[in-house]
Amino acid sequence: MDATTQSAIGVDQSKGDFTFPERHKFDAGYGLNSDTVDYISDVKSDPDWVRAFRHHGLKTFESKPMPTHWASEDLNNIDFDKIRYYLSDGQAPKRSWDDVPDDVKETFERLGIPEQERKFLAGVEAQYDSEAAYSNVKEALGKEGVIFVNSTEGLKEHEEIFRPWFGKVIPTGDNKFSALNSACFSGGSFIYVPKGVKVSHPLQAYFRINSENFGQFERTLIIVDEGAEVTYMEGCTAPKFETATLHSAVVELVAMKGAKIQYITVQNWSSNVFNLVTKRGIAHEDAEIRWIDCNIGSRITMKYPGVVLKGERARGEVISIALANDGQHQDTGAKMIHAANNTTSNVVSKSISVGTGRSTYRGQVHIPKHLKGCKNNTECDALLINSNSQTDTYPAITVNGNDHVTQHEASVSQVGEDMLFYLQQRGLSEAEAMSLAVNGFINDLAKEFPMEYSVELKRLIELEMEGSVG
Amino acid sequence: MSLIISDLRASIDGTEILKGVNLEIPKGEVHAIMGPNGSGKSTLSKIIAGHEDYEVTSGEILLDGVNILDMEVDERSREGVFLAFQYPMEVPGVSNANFLRAAKAARLEEGQEIDAVAFYKDLYEKMAFLDMKKEFSSRSVNEGFSGGEKKRNEILQMLMLEPKYAILDETDSGLDIDALKVVSKGINVMRTTERGFLLITHYQRLLNYVQPNVVHIMADGQIVKSGDASLALELEEKGYDGNLAG
Repeated sequence: MDATTQSAIGVDQSKGDFTFPERHKFDAGYGLNSDTVDYISDVKSDPDWVRAFRHHGLKTFESKPMPTHWASEDLNNIDFDKIRYYLSDGQAPKRSWDDVPDDVKETFERLGIPEQERKFLAGVEAQYDSEAAYSNVKEALGKEGVIFVNSTEGLKEHEEIFRPWFGKVIPTGDNKFSALNSACFSGGSFIYVPKGVKVSHPLQAYFRINSENFGQFERTLIIVDEGAEVTYMEGCTAPKFETATLHSAVVELVAMKGAKIQYITVQNWSSNVFNLVTKRGIAHEDAEIRWIDCNIGSRITMKYPGVVLKGERARGEVISIALANDGQHQDTGAKMIHAANNTTSNVVSKSISVGTGRSTYRGQVHIPKHLKGCKNNTECDALLINSNSQTDTYPAITVNGNDHVTQHEASVSQVGEDMLFYLQQRGLSEAEAMSLAVNGFINDLAKEFPMEYSVELKRLIELEMEGSVG
Repeated sequence: MSLIISDLRASIDGTEILKGVNLEIPKGEVHAIMGPNGSGKSTLSKIIAGHEDYEVTSGEILLDGVNILDMEVDERSREGVFLAFQYPMEVPGVSNANFLRAAKAARLEEGQEIDAVAFYKDLYEKMAFLDMKKEFSSRSVNEGFSGGEKKRNEILQMLMLEPKYAILDETDSGLDIDALKVVSKGINVMRTTERGFLLITHYQRLLNYVQPNVVHIMADGQIVKSGDASLALELEEKGYDGNLAG
């Protein structure tokens, strides 16, 4: 690797790989038991129903086995006793960056968040370990009744909207990690968009892990009322620690009649993060939910965004890009549950496996017999870079009844030596050649991301490729 | 100033393919190599470009006095070696314009940037010269291209990258007469005192449009005969056997 490349990487990698000394007022300590849950409830002054919800979550978590009968054995390496489940400085989220403590403010400035907010966002929430440090929505949106706060504030200040849907899209017992999140959730966003309000600029949340041996369990609930629209974007980073870090979020979306939700994720976790996330939305009549998901980094990511197509003519879409570099495992996919006539779902998944990286696609499409006029399209394409790479596809498409249209395509391609020779013969270094080929592979999906994010995406891929050539 | 290949021996998986090739292409000249299948013509072009499947066991390749054998493929390219592929690769999702831009950018000094306006002006002019439609620039590199379009695209890349020495590996194969004329036009416009050419071909017909200074015949990993343009005509008439015997 030449000096230019080296220095370019040095600068860029340090972007997410830095940490400030901990100065937590509240630390739930190592391990998880009912005292931990009470500690979190006490610190957060939870209402009783939330405390009960947490304890139910803990019991469910303890009763469920690790899903290693189908998922990676690597999950057994998570040591739940060596993780801290709640860390915060005890301050309420600030509405102005000037009021945010210097170290936290500097963290988000280095990640470019305030700048993006000024440029193109309608609102921002910035979470640092367990709690939001900053949360603000543009005044005009507030006047229209748009709510964008963290989950703690949501459940306290807006219980009448929050509570009916909380834990309904994804029940506590959905899986072991949704139960874990239910026990110790903190932070994440609560968004409500009133009837007919179309939020023209994206709302963004940024989840930052600063502390070692820590688990981040944000909980997001987005309710978009009839005919309303919103785009939500989330980004995530953590520094490179020696020990494993756990990130286990639950995200629930509710799109009422005719509503549209677009949920965009660009995550770039460091390679020691166990990233185990449950994401699902309910789309009512004529509603549309789109998950646009980009997974880079982490030790293992397990994430299968889903849409329950509950109302007639509802539409669901999952567009995902996963990049598994050396030693990483991206286990991602989509779930589409058709529960009404004339519902449509579309899944497009592209994965890239580099070196010893491994990509797995798991899809579930369910269309029951009594329905009519449902459509599903599933495409999964895998790109392998060098012979150690591994890719597996498990599409489960269950279609009963005759009056449906489904289509499934899968492909596996390689950035082979011939292609690299061709690209290098035109003067590109091996890393440049690979990054060009990878960017080409995901090009049609990258267009789905907002400009600012697709630029970031391209840059992240270039970095990953530089790193993989060494 | 010339591209000098001396006593070049190379093998793949233990089998010797090039058995002492000697060749000198001065700038400003066009050399053609003809020869039967399996004589080592394409191997020679790949080895000049630096393909790592082949092991060079002896000899050297000097590009204007610089030995390029220790250079990586991309370094050789930036040093001025261009290879027009017999079978150009498809690069899905990467537009021709972006590909060429990346290739041009790879030749810049650190801190320099491509002037996008000047780049597109240059690109569109050269595409027009090769009778290529403007929308071609936004299509993915070679994806879904006909054989003729792929070859034309190789010539476009050569025009854009302005190499010191261009090796064209059977660029004329499978072309209809119109495409052959366009390809020849591209070569002829690049034929200056600043540049040398090596054309690998099976057929004399390309040489009707691009007059070679020297024609070489290659057989069994060696250059066995060299002559002027008339050698190609002779070859067409008598075939390789006649020539090799004579």
